[in-house]
Amino acid sequence: MFGTIAYLLGSSIRQGIPLLFGATGEILTEKGGHLNLGIPGIMYVGGISGIIGGYLYEHFCANPNPALCILIPLLATIIGSGLMALIFSFLTVTLRANQNVTGLTLTTFGIGIGNFFGASLLSFFGDSGSISLLTIGGWYKAKLIPFLDFGFLAYLAVIIAIAVSFYLNRTRAGLNMRAVGENPATADAAGINVTKYQYLSTIIGGIIAGLGGLYWVMDYTGGTWTNNGFGDRGWLAIAIVIFALWKPVLGIFCSFLFGGLYICCILIPGLSSASKELITMAPYVVTILVLIITSIKNKRENQPPAHLGLNYFREDR
Amino acid sequence: MIYISRRTDAPLKKAVAIKAFAILLSLVVCALVLFVMTRLNPLDIYIAMFKGSLSTQRKFWALLQNTAILLCISLAVTPAFKMKFWNLGAEGQVLIGALVSATFMFYIQDSWPSWLLILVMLVASVAAGLIWAGIPGYFKARFGTNETLFTLMMNYVAIQLVKFCIAVWVPNGSSVMGVLNRQTQCGWIPSLFGQKYLINILIVALLTVLMYIYLKYSKQGYEISVVGESEKTARYIGINVKKVILRTACISGAIGGLAGFLLCAGTGHTVSATLAGGNGFTAVLVSWLAKFNPFGMILTSLLIVFLQKGSGEIAQAFRLSDNISDVTTGIILFFIIGSEFFINYKIHLRRK
Repeated sequence: MFGTIAYLLGSSIRQGIPLLFGATGEILTEKGGHLNLGIPGIMYVGGISGIIGGYLYEHFCANPNPALCILIPLLATIIGSGLMALIFSFLTVTLRANQNVTGLTLTTFGIGIGNFFGASLLSFFGDSGSISLLTIGGWYKAKLIPFLDFGFLAYLAVIIAIAVSFYLNRTRAGLNMRAVGENPATADAAGINVTKYQYLSTIIGGIIAGLGGLYWVMDYTGGTWTNNGFGDRGWLAIAIVIFALWKPVLGIFCSFLFGGLYICCILIPGLSSASKELITMAPYVVTILVLIITSIKNKRENQPPAHLGLNYFREDR
Repeated sequence: MIYISRRTDAPLKKAVAIKAFAILLSLVVCALVLFVMTRLNPLDIYIAMFKGSLSTQRKFWALLQNTAILLCISLAVTPAFKMKFWNLGAEGQVLIGALVSATFMFYIQDSWPSWLLILVMLVASVAAGLIWAGIPGYFKARFGTNETLFTLMMNYVAIQLVKFCIAVWVPNGSSVMGVLNRQTQCGWIPSLFGQKYLINILIVALLTVLMYIYLKYSKQGYEISVVGESEKTARYIGINVKKVILRTACISGAIGGLAGFLLCAGTGHTVSATLAGGNGFTAVLVSWLAKFNPFGMILTSLLIVFLQKGSGEIAQAFRLSDNISDVTTGIILFFIIGSEFFINYKIHLRRK
């Protein structure tokens, strides 16, 4: 009995980690006032960048070194997802493009990039078969704490969530960033560099979300890529942001809960396929309910950032 | 020192020129990307794209049909967007419309005359789409609930609902719904002049004209644009803002439901969770790129469908993964999105 519960808990957490990365990234982005609907695409690019980095290293290096096995995909992911977020912030901050439109395009683009390279990376180098970086995947899966079956990225996800929470609530820079998200005109008048904070929040948020993709390909699937294998987890991450009321620490528990809901239909034996689909629906329905209840209660600290999704132009009054 | 100011008076000629330049630039970037990946002459690739997607009559009609569906969904989201109600739930509204149509086909089969079944399916699908968008619309009007996130989540509820119904209807667990009423063709939109998509296309064409008139010349269309420009102004001149929000959301959803009906009764005669195929999101871009002008949307939807089909063709011809179409379409859209800035703003260079 105890074993089953531990297994269920472990699986929920493993499912929840990519969601947590995505949600933390999106919270940071949204607190800066930008609604980045490109997060699902960024997570795909994060994943495939890690795969590409790892593949190139394995391909051109005869005996891979463990430290580089971890560092190179990590760096590739940071660069890949950072560039994606840079496209978004350049278009929305500097060129003041509509955030919803840009974000949706970014998602299509990112998923396209992920699936394209996933399908044709090997053929570029004359290999065939499917991508499997078992050595690198193995290093990513290596247990950090002996009796807990999690790789280092799982701990990193929790640490980042706590760090983002600390940053947003306890540091001056974090408060400035929130001020930009709530009311950029006032922040601007107070001498805060609005553009700088908008770029920072979207790019760092994008990088954090991209790590979720890296976790998925390296740790969860052990260094393999399946087209569309990441599914719609990116959108689920955006749902968690609402469910967690824009609080990163709450996001940790919400992610594990959603991860559990995502996986419990596979683990509970004897469920009909129809009821599985209904259980999968649960996270979205619950998110909608939270959205409705918070808007009815109208408590100020539980609302989305006031300037969410809107662009700021100093000369508009 | 660079200094930027807003301009509202950019002449049409200049705006068109800027956009054309952006598209040209994006094609160059796409050509570079394609060249790096295939080492083929990009010009050959573009020629293959044109030839491929227009080569046979069947492909030509498929192009028109896909454009019609995308245009229909774009028309659905347009009134809502004009009111600054971000309906990102078109995907779900289309799905739920198609699901309701499929439900009727599944349970009625051929016990009703086909025309009656089609009519009932039409009404029911439109009603289903209306409700699906009406729910977020109501909460937006009543409590100011964030509609972007609400409608987004409704998509996944609709997707799961479709999967649930298929799981109930198809007991063998294959989770693929076959073509409904294959023998009797009961509830199928009939073909006209031997073209099975012609009625679909005509319906959407009619809808385009109606939407143009509705937005431009009707009182309700005027109310929509006032609420979109400034809610405070709308309230001041005595517009019932809540009513307008709810009504417009419902219209938006109803047309989405209609698109679902066209997909189910007029195209595939079945339903699947991927039926809308991301068109609900692409429609956002189509509508926005055309500045909410229904006639402009004919062009933008044709452009996007052509790009998707054409990239699919070159992927096949040069043995690339057909996801390349998402990449190239994305690049082109980024450029068009970015070009808006140079139309709406003026950049001044000041010397000290």
